[in-house]
Amino acid sequence: MTSGIGQNVKRKEDKRFITGKGRYTDDHRNDNQAYAAFVRSPHAHAKVLGIDAEEARGMEGVIDVLDGHQLTGDGIGNLICGWAITSKDGSPMNMGAWSALATDTVRYVGDAVAVVIAETNAQARIAAEAVMVDYEELPVVVHAIDALKDGAPQIHDNAPGNLIYDWELGDEAATDAGLAEAAHVTTLDLTNNRLSPNPMEPRSAVATYDHAEDHYTLYTTSQNPHVARLVLSAFYNVAPEHKLRVIAPDVGGGFGAKIYIYPEEITCLWASMKTNRSVKWTSERGEAFLTDMHGRDHVTHAKMGFDKDGRITGFKIDTIANLGAYMSLFSSSVPTYLYAPLMSGQYDIQNIHCNVRAVYTNTVPVDAYRGAGRPEATYLVERMMETAAREMGMDPAELRRRNFVQEFPHQTPVLMQYDAGDFPKILELAQEAADVAGFEERRREAESRGKLRGIGYSTFIEACGLAPSKAAGSLGAGVGLWESAEVRVNPAGTIEILTGSHSHGQGHETTFAQIVAERFGVPVDSVQIVHGDTDKVQFGMGTYGSRSGPVGMSAVVKAMDKVEEKVRQIAAHTLEASEDDIEISGGQVKVKGTDKAMAWHEVGLAAYVAHNLPDGMEPGLKETAFFDPVNFSFPSGAFICEVEVDPDTGQTQVVRFTSADDFGVIVNPMIVEGQVHGGVTQGIGQALLEQVVYDEQGQLLTGSYMDYTMPRAADVPFFDVQHHETPSPNNPLGVKGCGEAGAIGAPPAVINAITDAIGTNDLAMPATPQAVWRALRAAQKPMAAE
Amino acid sequence: MYETRYHKPATIDDAAALLSGNDEAMLLAGGQTLLPTMKQHLAAPGDLVDIRGIDGMAGIRAEGDTLVIGAATTHADVARSDAVRKHCPALAELAEGIGDAAVRNMGTIGGSLANNDPSACYPAALLALGGTVVTNTREITADDFFEGLFTTALDEGEIITAVRFPAVKKAAYAKFAQPASRFALVAVFVADGPGGVRVAVTGAGEDGVFRHEGLEAALSGDWSAAALDDVEISEDGLMSDFHGSADYRANLIRAMAKRAAEAASAR
Repeated sequence: MTSGIGQNVKRKEDKRFITGKGRYTDDHRNDNQAYAAFVRSPHAHAKVLGIDAEEARGMEGVIDVLDGHQLTGDGIGNLICGWAITSKDGSPMNMGAWSALATDTVRYVGDAVAVVIAETNAQARIAAEAVMVDYEELPVVVHAIDALKDGAPQIHDNAPGNLIYDWELGDEAATDAGLAEAAHVTTLDLTNNRLSPNPMEPRSAVATYDHAEDHYTLYTTSQNPHVARLVLSAFYNVAPEHKLRVIAPDVGGGFGAKIYIYPEEITCLWASMKTNRSVKWTSERGEAFLTDMHGRDHVTHAKMGFDKDGRITGFKIDTIANLGAYMSLFSSSVPTYLYAPLMSGQYDIQNIHCNVRAVYTNTVPVDAYRGAGRPEATYLVERMMETAAREMGMDPAELRRRNFVQEFPHQTPVLMQYDAGDFPKILELAQEAADVAGFEERRREAESRGKLRGIGYSTFIEACGLAPSKAAGSLGAGVGLWESAEVRVNPAGTIEILTGSHSHGQGHETTFAQIVAERFGVPVDSVQIVHGDTDKVQFGMGTYGSRSGPVGMSAVVKAMDKVEEKVRQIAAHTLEASEDDIEISGGQVKVKGTDKAMAWHEVGLAAYVAHNLPDGMEPGLKETAFFDPVNFSFPSGAFICEVEVDPDTGQTQVVRFTSADDFGVIVNPMIVEGQVHGGVTQGIGQALLEQVVYDEQGQLLTGSYMDYTMPRAADVPFFDVQHHETPSPNNPLGVKGCGEAGAIGAPPAVINAITDAIGTNDLAMPATPQAVWRALRAAQKPMAAE
Repeated sequence: MYETRYHKPATIDDAAALLSGNDEAMLLAGGQTLLPTMKQHLAAPGDLVDIRGIDGMAGIRAEGDTLVIGAATTHADVARSDAVRKHCPALAELAEGIGDAAVRNMGTIGGSLANNDPSACYPAALLALGGTVVTNTREITADDFFEGLFTTALDEGEIITAVRFPAVKKAAYAKFAQPASRFALVAVFVADGPGGVRVAVTGAGEDGVFRHEGLEAALSGDWSAAALDDVEISEDGLMSDFHGSADYRANLIRAMAKRAAEAASAR
C-alpha cells in the first residue's frame, strides 16, 4: 500500500492539533514578556490634535506609552502597497501615507494612534483606555460610490477625489462594437458584499529585540514569513534581513488576511527595541473585526451582448472597488490583475473591456480574501450568464455550453492563456450528479409544502499558482512569485523538505510528504516538512492564491530531480551499473532486471560517509531548487445549487449542492474534498449571511458575532463533490490548486438558485431573509396591481 | 478600576444584604449577558453577588396546575424537564431554542427576565402565559413586570426567586432568529389560558416585549392561522436595524403568529 499521490493519507499534523498540542504564536512566551495594547481611534475620520498619556504612564504595570511621532522619528517607514498599478492615462496610482501609528490623521475606526506596553495584558488594556487623545472630527465617507462624488470628504491629500487609480483592461472600441451588433444585451448592476475573513486564530505577534546581538525575533501569524521579513526590513526599516528572524509557527487559518504585514507587528518589533522587553500582542475578536483586512466590496455595472444564437459578442464591465482607508500590501492587484483577466470565464469571448476605479473610504483596508478578485469576477460573469439565459428564454446550461472554450491552449482577450480543461465534461458530470432531470419534480413537491424551490448554476474558471515572475513584474508586482524547496536526505535515509510554502491549515505536512513518498518509495512517516521559519528555510514566497500545489510542490519536485540524479550516480557507482539502468522504487535503488540493489538508506549513508563516491562528487545529499511557473494554472468547476425559499419570511435553505471540479492531478482526495467543503461553505456564507456593515459615520455595526453572521453547519447541506482531472501541462505534477474554488464558484450558484426560486433577477447579496422577502414582494407587486 | 469582589451567599437574606445600599453591586445568575459585558469593560460592578448557591433557587415543580420554576434554573434544565414538557411544552421548546448549548447550560430564567432584553425569548413566555414573577419581597404579575428596554418593575436589590406559570389550554412559541446572534429577530408566543387568549411579541418592539391586541382578538374569535391574515399589524413602534426594518418585522409578526397558532392547535 503506497501513501503516494492520489491516496487519502490521514493528516500527520492533526494529532497535535486535535490534542491541543499545536504551538501558535500566542503560545510563545518569553521570560521578560511584556504586553502591548493599542489605543485606537473611535472616529472614522479625524485630526489627531494631541495625545495625553500622563495618567496611563502612571498606572500599575505600565512600562511605556509610545506614539506615531516617536515611531516615525525613529525612522520606521510607512506601510506600502507592493503592486504598482498604472492608470489608463499613464499616471501612477495615488498611494497615501500609512504610518503604523497614526500621527496627524486617523482614517478609520480602529486606526491605531498609540501603544501601551505593560507587564500584563490586562494592565496594558486598562491603561490604553486612560490614554486621552484629542480628536477633531472630519467628515466621513463609507461607500465607494459616494467617495467619487463631487465634494466627498478627501481622505488622502495625494489622491484627489479619493481616486487611487482609473485602470482598464481590454479593447473598449471592439467591445462597444460587439455590444452594438448584439441581438440581445443583458445589463446588470451588482454589489459584491464586503466580508471579514475571521480566521479561527486571531492575529498575534511576539517580538523580541536582543540588544547584545542587535537582533530581532518575531513570532507572527503569517502566511508568508519571508515576505514579512523582506518588507519589515526593506520598507519599514525595522532591521536588516540578517538581523531579523521571522517565525510563523502553527497558524490557525489565514484566508488571505495573514498575508499582509500589519501595523501591530511593526509596532511590537519597534517597541521591543524601545523598551528592551519582549512584546506580545494578540488580537481580540472585536479587534479583529476592526483591523483585519476585509475582502471584496465592489460595485459594478456591466453589459453582455449575445448574437441570435446566444453566442457572446461583447462584455463590458465598469467597477468601483473600495480599498478602504489605506492601501494594504497587495490591495491594488486584487480588483485589477486578479479580477479583470478572469472575465472570460469558461467562455470564448472575443471582446472584453473592464474598467476599474479604486477608491479610498473611511473603512478598514480591503485586500485579498479567499479567491481575491476571482470571486468578484465569477459572481459577475455567472450571474450575467444565468440572467441572460432567462431573458432570452434559453436553458442556462445550454447557453453556457454554446459559449464554452473547446480547444486548448486558449488565448483570451484579457491576458490569460488557458492551459487545459474540459468544460462540457464537468458540466455534464455536475448535471448528472445533481439529478437536474428530476428538478421539476422536486420543485412541485416543495410547492406542496409552501416552499419555492430554485436551481442555479455556476461554471467558472480561476487562475491559481501565482505566478510567472516575469509576467507579474511586467504588470507591476514588486516581488517575484516563484517558490523554493530544499530536499535534505539525512545519512540514515529519512528526508526533510524545507519549503517556502506555509501551511496554516492546508495539510502540507501530509501532502508534501506524499509527493516525496511517491517519488522515492519511502514511507510518508519518514518525511518531515519544515516551513515557516526564516532561520531554517531558504527564502520563499508563502501560501496564498492556491499556489502551494502548483508552485510550492513543483519546487520540491525540481529539488527531488536533483537528488535523484545524485542518487543514481552513487548507486550506479556502488553497484557498478549504468545510471540509466537505476530505478528507484519501494525503498530500494535497484539495477533494472537484476537483483542488485541498495536500500534507500544505504545510499544516504554512502553519500555522507563519502568513503566510496564517484570521482569528484561532493559528499552529502541535499539539493535546493527554485520553481518559477511558466503560466498560471486554471482549475475549473461546475457547481449546481438548489435552494428552498420560505415566501413568508424570505428564509433560504440550501438543500442541495453539487460540485464538479477539475483540479488537475489530486494528491490527497480527502484533503481536497475538505477544501471544497470549506470553500463552498464560505461561498454560501457570502451569498446568504456575511456582510460588513458600517453606518454613515463609519462606525462598524458588525463588530462581533452578534451581528456578523458566519455560516454554521446547519446553514449548509451535505455536499456532493465530483472530480474530473485534466492535468495542468505547466507544472511537473499536473496539479492546479484547490484552495479557493469553492469560495469563488459558490456565490453565483446560490444567488442564481434563489432568483430562479423567487422569479426575479433583482436580488442583492447577501440574500438575507429580509433581502429575499423584499425582492419577492417587489416582484409580486405588479401582479397584485393587475 | 475593573476589580470585582465575588460573593456567593448561602441565603436570600444574605444576598439581599450584600446588595442593599451598594450601588456597585450586581446580581450574577448565569452571567450570559453580564460576563461578556464585563469582559468588554462596558460593565464594571464592584461586587458580584452570585445567587446560584442559594437553596431552592434552582428547580422545577408543579403546584397543582401551576408550574413553578426557580429563578436560577438553567434554560437546559427547563428544556429537558418532564414537568415542563407535560405542563407547558411550548415553554420547553422555547428554552431549547435559546442561544447555543453553552448558553443554555449557564443562562437562567430569572436572569433573562430581570435583564428584559428586547430580543430575549422568556419575556414573551411570561407575558403570553400570564405568569407571575416571585421575588424576595413580593409577587409581580407579567402585565406589571416589563417596563421598557432592559427595564422591569424590580426595585434596587430586589431578587427574583421563582417564576409561576398557570396552566393553559394551549400555547406555542414561534421564533424567527436573527441570523448572527440567534436572538429573536421576531418571535411570537400565543396562549389560551385562564386570562383568555394572550399573544406576546418579542424582538420587534422598541420598548421590548408587548401584547398584540389585534392578534389576540382574532385568535379569540377563531383560533386558526387563517384568522390572522387580515389583522392589521402596525409598523409603529417596531425596531428597525440592518437585520430587519420595521416593515419586515411587522411581516414576521404575522408569519410567526400564524406558525405559533398552527403549532398550538397541532399539539
